[in-house]
Amino acid sequence: MSWLKVVYTIWYRDVLRFLRDRTRIVSSLGQPLFFLVIFGNGLAPAMTAGMGNVDFRSFLFPGIVSMAVLFTAVFSAVSIVWDREFGFLKEVLVAPVPRTAVALGKVAGGSTTAMFQGILLLVLAPLVQVRLAPIQWITLVAMMLLLAATMTSFGILIAARMRSMEGFHMMMNFLLMPMFFLSGAFFPLRGVPLWMEWLAKVDPVTYGVDAFRQVILRGTVPELILRLLTLYPLEINLVLLLAYWLLFLFPAVWMFARQE
Amino acid sequence: MNAIEAENLTRRFGDFTAVQDVSFTVAEGEIFAFLGPNGAGKTTTINMLCTLLRPTSGTARVGGYDVRRAPHAVRRNIGLVFQDPSLDDRLTAWQNLWFHAMLYDLPRGEFHRRARYLLDLVELMEHAHREVRTFSGGMKRRLEIARGLLHRPKVLFLDEPTLGLDPQTRRHIWEHIISLRDKEGSTIFFTTHYMDEAENADRIAIIDHGRIVALDTPENLKATIGGDVLLIRTSDDRIAAQRLKEMLHLEARLTGEGLLIEAKRADQLIPTVVNLFQNGQDSALTVYSVNLRRPSLDDVFIKLTGRALRDEEASPIDRMRLSSRLWRGSRR
Repeated sequence: MSWLKVVYTIWYRDVLRFLRDRTRIVSSLGQPLFFLVIFGNGLAPAMTAGMGNVDFRSFLFPGIVSMAVLFTAVFSAVSIVWDREFGFLKEVLVAPVPRTAVALGKVAGGSTTAMFQGILLLVLAPLVQVRLAPIQWITLVAMMLLLAATMTSFGILIAARMRSMEGFHMMMNFLLMPMFFLSGAFFPLRGVPLWMEWLAKVDPVTYGVDAFRQVILRGTVPELILRLLTLYPLEINLVLLLAYWLLFLFPAVWMFARQE
Repeated sequence: MNAIEAENLTRRFGDFTAVQDVSFTVAEGEIFAFLGPNGAGKTTTINMLCTLLRPTSGTARVGGYDVRRAPHAVRRNIGLVFQDPSLDDRLTAWQNLWFHAMLYDLPRGEFHRRARYLLDLVELMEHAHREVRTFSGGMKRRLEIARGLLHRPKVLFLDEPTLGLDPQTRRHIWEHIISLRDKEGSTIFFTTHYMDEAENADRIAIIDHGRIVALDTPENLKATIGGDVLLIRTSDDRIAAQRLKEMLHLEARLTGEGLLIEAKRADQLIPTVVNLFQNGQDSALTVYSVNLRRPSLDDVFIKLTGRALRDEEASPIDRMRLSSRLWRGSRR
């Protein structure tokens, strides 16, 4: 019981902070929106023709949603580097509570806030001529939670041993940005060089973007074309994402619990 | 029973020994200070006592529990106020306390009673529902102290509790700490590098380079200085020290502030010394100033370590601390 209470407490704090901090919500919507508006409109004339006349903005939209989820999730996890020294987490780490519960609470909190952020972007779907039925919404929320949980666990795994913010910038530049760019968020991963194809295959974000794209564009793009723009069947994407989540989650919790 | 018993606590980081063979006991209800310069090992010691760091060797019992074998029981029985604020800025004072109560599994009714009582004591009740980021440094500290006591700990640890606060606020915080000790009966262990702050303690351990170099009451520590302290500034302190030794058999120490002499009835010594300097055989020394005072902990510290305060190299944590201050400052 008390174990769950700790998970709940840590989760609740993240959610409460998120809801209270309106400026952060707005400012973290900025970057994905810039990508969507500038890249979307800038590249649309060149790209649309090559994609079976699918509007590039519609194609890009799922990628941008996953971007919002991905970055919010990883940032929320990596904030523990900061929070551990100068924040509330320090107070949590000396409390008589199991560290595993703290780590899981952090995964839950990061996933929930990332999901919120994703929902805020999904609301903008009509702007890029994408229509979402209720069933798509439900599926998407569940999938956003899965991608967010995967990436939060990944972030905690990285941050558990990190002692400085320099390491954080390293990680941003050499891990997170490539993971995002290679995921197929910006362009279809068809006919790309072999090395890129393989890197994309080991990148967990690829499966998130692919899954999002299938569900988001289901009612907008003809099925045949959608199949050309995506890589794997939806189930495969979800199973692999789940596998990645577990692959990150256990070492993340373990590393977090072990830290001094 | 003792609230804290440390036996040969040692902690190494790679080749560097941060704390070496530190042993001491703190009685229940006592206010105990760890005094030393930055990097002397104060925070490392506190972290070991609070189970945040495992000792490389040695043991400690806090509240009757072994920090290695029963870290959970130790944590239940201690409260902590860190050097860096660990409040959630975005939440209100009350919410911060509420999260603490959740983590320490306090029953709801008990939490409400305690929170109101403690906020009242630290004079923050009327600000209970304000966001913490609007608080001044002193208010944040008071809130952290109240939070540290929320779960009725046997020992309250304060790591540099008034660092970065102005003197008036520091005094105010100490009034609160002492009145809380009187009302709650908790033992208080704190670290500081402010000499005047250490005077609030019943007993002081002076720590330098990871070792305890003296441990006693403030009065006894000051009594180790034989009598008064005479501080003289002359045109050449080096020659002056030599003359004092030759003519008056007085040991004087060169410090940044001037020439330091410990002596009984130093007031009567002043004319002799000034006379000696100004009418010397080879050359006269000019006396700029003479200062007589009762010994302070500063003098004790200088006597024991041969210097005043020493600064450590900036660790990654320090750099992060600095950038966090700049960053937070720029957002205000």
